[in-house]
Amino acid sequence: MIIQTRNLTRDFDSLRAVDNLSLNIPEGEIYGFLGPNGSGKSTTIRMICGLLTPTSGEVEALGYTIPREAEKLKARLGYMTQKFSLYQELTVEENLQFLAAIQGVPRREQKARITELCGQFHLEKRRSQLAGTMSGGQKQRLALAAAIVHKPDLLILDEPTSAVDPESRREFWEYLFELAGKGMSILVSTHYMDEAERCHRLAIIRKGSLSAEGEPLKLMENLGARVLLAEGRAEEMIHWRRQLSADPLIPGCTQIGNRLRIMVASEVEEPEAWLTRSFPFLGDLERTRANLEDVFVRATHSEHMEEEQ
Amino acid sequence: MIRREKIQAMVYKELKQLRRDRLTAAMVFGIPVMQLLLFGFAINYNVRNIPAAWCDMAETEMSRSIIQDIGATRVLDLKYRASSVEEVQKLIRTGRVRAGVVITHDLEERLRDRRSAFQILTDGSSSVVTGAVQSLASLPLGIPGHTVDYKTQERLPIQVLPLYNPEQRTAVDVIPGLIGVILTMTLMLFTAIALVREREHGSMEMLITTPVSAMEIICGKLLPYIGIGMFQTVLIFLLGVLVFRLPVNGRVIDIAAAVLMFITSTLTLGLLISSFVKTQFQAVQLSIFILLPSILLSGFVFPYEGMPTFARALSKVLPVTHFIELMRGIVLRNARISEMPVQVFSLLIFILFSTILAWERMKKKRLD
Ligand SMILES: Nc1ncnc2c1ncn2[C@@H]1O[C@H](COP(=O)(O)OP(=O)(O)O)[C@@H](O)[C@H]1O
Ligand SMILES: [Mg+2]
Repeated sequence: MIIQTRNLTRDFDSLRAVDNLSLNIPEGEIYGFLGPNGSGKSTTIRMICGLLTPTSGEVEALGYTIPREAEKLKARLGYMTQKFSLYQELTVEENLQFLAAIQGVPRREQKARITELCGQFHLEKRRSQLAGTMSGGQKQRLALAAAIVHKPDLLILDEPTSAVDPESRREFWEYLFELAGKGMSILVSTHYMDEAERCHRLAIIRKGSLSAEGEPLKLMENLGARVLLAEGRAEEMIHWRRQLSADPLIPGCTQIGNRLRIMVASEVEEPEAWLTRSFPFLGDLERTRANLEDVFVRATHSEHMEEEQ
Repeated sequence: MIRREKIQAMVYKELKQLRRDRLTAAMVFGIPVMQLLLFGFAINYNVRNIPAAWCDMAETEMSRSIIQDIGATRVLDLKYRASSVEEVQKLIRTGRVRAGVVITHDLEERLRDRRSAFQILTDGSSSVVTGAVQSLASLPLGIPGHTVDYKTQERLPIQVLPLYNPEQRTAVDVIPGLIGVILTMTLMLFTAIALVREREHGSMEMLITTPVSAMEIICGKLLPYIGIGMFQTVLIFLLGVLVFRLPVNGRVIDIAAAVLMFITSTLTLGLLISSFVKTQFQAVQLSIFILLPSILLSGFVFPYEGMPTFARALSKVLPVTHFIELMRGIVLRNARISEMPVQVFSLLIFILFSTILAWERMKKKRLD
């Protein structure tokens, strides 16, 4: 295990941002942290990095007890913050030089390392461009290059793609796979389903606590519900959704275009028949495979229920 | 177009924001109240209790009563008894006293010959002191019944001799203080926003996740500005000498050492501010809060000798007070830096104290 947390908890005054979180993150994989905004992803990551002191619970990363041995961890850790944190007034090259020196890359290796990184992340043409003038995708590439300038064993990225267009997001993930392929352990937080689906393993975080954990495929298989699609007109859809959601046997119901994606709990033996019987207004029903969004919706279902009541 | 509701909404929003920013809200009341009270009391042109020495070589009844009379005016605080004129001069040069009463053997003779009876040497590097002593010369001195009542002399019996800056040029008097104020004004802000800027921008989170130590961050933030401060000082001195004919009497090495210590103490004070505040705006406000007393209480604008005790005590915790003392001593009175240990140690303690405190705040390298 590269990271282990036990009953990790963090309060901000009366707010519990992370609640009894126990995680086992294996080595050499891309591990995803999926959760909506404010679910405590950044707070957890900061506690793992030793930047925030846990209210209670324990963290061990790369075998070091955090926060006591945080300084030892830092030498082997690459951390890409949620907000772009390189210097806008410096050029790409100057930023990388600064990070290389700060991270203790030997002086005579720095130049070669920077050239290598610029090549790897397609920044050669931008070496003397000011970081502040680059696009969102380019900035993230630079931030990633800077985070791994010292070849860390563990790379932690906090929502690296939240301010990036879909094309750049795809490209960014190619880079992550490349790094994972070289044996780097990666922890990445996201609120995008498609990204979460690409992780080797993932944890779904809801209100600071763990609501599901495992390989994405397994999570989808073990959804504990079946998914059906129903067609309808936009005006009726809203009413349908409201009625369906109120049923405790329907842990999730989402509108997608002019279709309704309905999850039916596995206690129901014949979901089609049961749906037609209980909600006669529904027309033809079609079975479909569960996706990660369904896993997510199911995991966060009770939260919505609580909030609506 | 000006619409009332829109302006009203803006005004309310601003006031609400202001109320949430505790430090700023405190400053809105704090700055005027504190500064007014402080300076209202501190600013006093009636200079009293100027530290002084006396040297009585006549040792007669007359000379003793003169010393007593002068002491009774409370303008001079006769702290040291010196045995020679040289000693008086040394005490003035090193800044221990600002004036010295010298009564020579031939006191009675001088009075008979209607020459000035005795001298008061003053520290001409502070025109306020010389001015105050000059006014002393016109005070009613003397006890009736003395054989020779020097009060009745037609010429003033007291000869006031400014030891430095004999022409009493204001520029010469003001420049050492001005150097201190200019450096405080420009340098403190550099470091005051140094850490908080990184924090606001988010790069602090990245920095503290690297193996860089808190002390390395502090040194990295100090050194460039020490260089800039030294450069500024050279510029000010050049202008002072070329344009204002500032006499530079002391050794350059002593001046450089004093400037270096002062710059460092000002920068570490800025860093200390930076380690406490949450926004750059607050850093600027706190800097101004410190800058005002640095100008007004350091002896630059208002005479130190005219301040009440608490204002003097306060001025002692400002590095610029000690720096101005050092500058007047070294540049104008040709003192060696080693002759002014109080100021030197004050600055060193200041540097040490604020560096350690700033480091304490940062060394854990945490966000909470
Ligand atoms: N420094 C802080 N002070 C107070 N509350 C905070 C602080 N940081 C985060 N929070 C709160 O903790 C919760 C979790 O935040 P965060 O970890 O940033 O979530 P995420 O990264 O998943 O969006 C949020 O409700 C947020 O408002
Ligand atoms: Mg976050």
